[in-house]
Amino acid sequence: MIGLSPKLTQKLAWGFVWLAGIIAVLTLVFIIGYVLAKGLSAISPEFLFTEPKGGLSGEGGISSCIVATLWLIIITMAILIPLGIGAAIYLAEYAPDNKFTRLVRYSVELLAGVPSIVFGLFGFAIFVLALHFNYSILAGALTLVCLLLPFLMRSAEEAIRATPQSQREASLALGATKWQTVVHVIMPAAMPGIITGIILCVGGAVAESACLYVTMGGSAGMPSSFLSGGRTLAVHVFYLAMETNALDKALATGAVLIILILIINLSTKWLSQRFQAKMSGET
Amino acid sequence: MDPKIQTRALDFRYGKVQALKKVTLDIREHQITALIGPSGCGKSTFLRTLNRMNDIIPNTHLEGKVLLDGLNVYEPSVDVVEVRKRVGMVFQQPNPFPKTIFENVAFGPKMLGINHRLRLDEVVERSLRRAALWDEVKDDLGKSGLVLSGGQQQRLCIARVLAVEPEVILMDEPCSALDPLSTLKIEELMRELERSYTIIIVTHNMQQAARVSDWTGFFLLGELVEYNKTGELFSRPKDKRTEDYITGRFG
Repeated sequence: MIGLSPKLTQKLAWGFVWLAGIIAVLTLVFIIGYVLAKGLSAISPEFLFTEPKGGLSGEGGISSCIVATLWLIIITMAILIPLGIGAAIYLAEYAPDNKFTRLVRYSVELLAGVPSIVFGLFGFAIFVLALHFNYSILAGALTLVCLLLPFLMRSAEEAIRATPQSQREASLALGATKWQTVVHVIMPAAMPGIITGIILCVGGAVAESACLYVTMGGSAGMPSSFLSGGRTLAVHVFYLAMETNALDKALATGAVLIILILIINLSTKWLSQRFQAKMSGET
Repeated sequence: MDPKIQTRALDFRYGKVQALKKVTLDIREHQITALIGPSGCGKSTFLRTLNRMNDIIPNTHLEGKVLLDGLNVYEPSVDVVEVRKRVGMVFQQPNPFPKTIFENVAFGPKMLGINHRLRLDEVVERSLRRAALWDEVKDDLGKSGLVLSGGQQQRLCIARVLAVEPEVILMDEPCSALDPLSTLKIEELMRELERSYTIIIVTHNMQQAARVSDWTGFFLLGELVEYNKTGELFSRPKDKRTEDYITGRFG
């Protein structure tokens, strides 16, 4: 920056961040717009409510894929959220700072960087084969829990740690127990950060394909329970795009995927706002 | 009358740093005791040993006794939650919860298991009245405590403490973040509360100590240098160091 006046530097910097912001937003808008524009036209009640025919034609709808995806998200989140938040509360509020907890934190960071297909192989070996869950939604969900747990633990722990110490002290000084402080003061304060973590996890779960292909299998039939195999929307997109000529249906499935994520995110946010309003006493 | 709180040879360390050295002090019931001294002299540390707030700081070490009505609050059999119910605390920075005014005051009672709406209404109104805040907020109980001014927030924090019905109230420089008018209000309030509570205030403002307190203790480098009736300590200090401090020669 030698020779540039601070004013000029300021202008150049502003120009750069402005351009970066515009490019980033436009790219996203273009991708989502493209998928929705191409995909929405192929969406019909028939497409949503019939099962894929299978084979190379790409004929049929995506009903079983929607059901499999919803099953997968529900089971994954039902295990992941209590585990991730519980572990984060332990690490942030209760765990002493010693070699063991430092090792745990280091492992968590390490695991957060492991590629998902490695988790897929692990899930295949443990859940599908060793525990005899076979190709099933349960095996897929457990694999996803392993994959997403490090990330959720980290983001929840950071959110919990960001709660001001003065709030903890105020609560404890009023004779609240540590657990009451966690529930009534720390969790409401940390909720926005935790919700962001959960939403990213849902997005990750919906987007994952390779590690689910090796744990849930790819059968296109309607899953009868969480112990049957299934094909998620993301796996179906992959299948349609690579094995058939039904690109329009692949894009339509992609559009459904985007809408599904949107619905889940909005309802998660709504729930967390309700929780915060309840905790703050506003009605 | 027996002292409300007695400390006996109280030592406190943060890691290897000695913060309190053999502090022995009697706090009288229904009186205001001020603790003064330069920054880092141990007065806040001392205050926080009285309701065991220092327990939450890792790597600290305490020796000696803190007797509350004759009972050592550091006995293993004593429940720290019980101690903090009896010995409330107001902090330097007003720290209301990001909750409504009502919920801020009702927090303590709720944690004690009081959930009956009418009883909570009653506790909230009584506590806000005693904290001289009721008239200003009675129509806004559903608003966030964070929209209040700094002085009002501090009185809200006092109301929150009163709702738990403590016997002792610890105040850690409660006015240092406030303007003079708000400070005056808090001082008037302390005079009012003295009749029902035992108050211990840490302040770096000597005029404040002289104005509000009955007893004053002067801390220096972790030691209690001098402790006497406020009038005596300020007009006829016995120790040269006290005299130097209150006449403004250091600190």
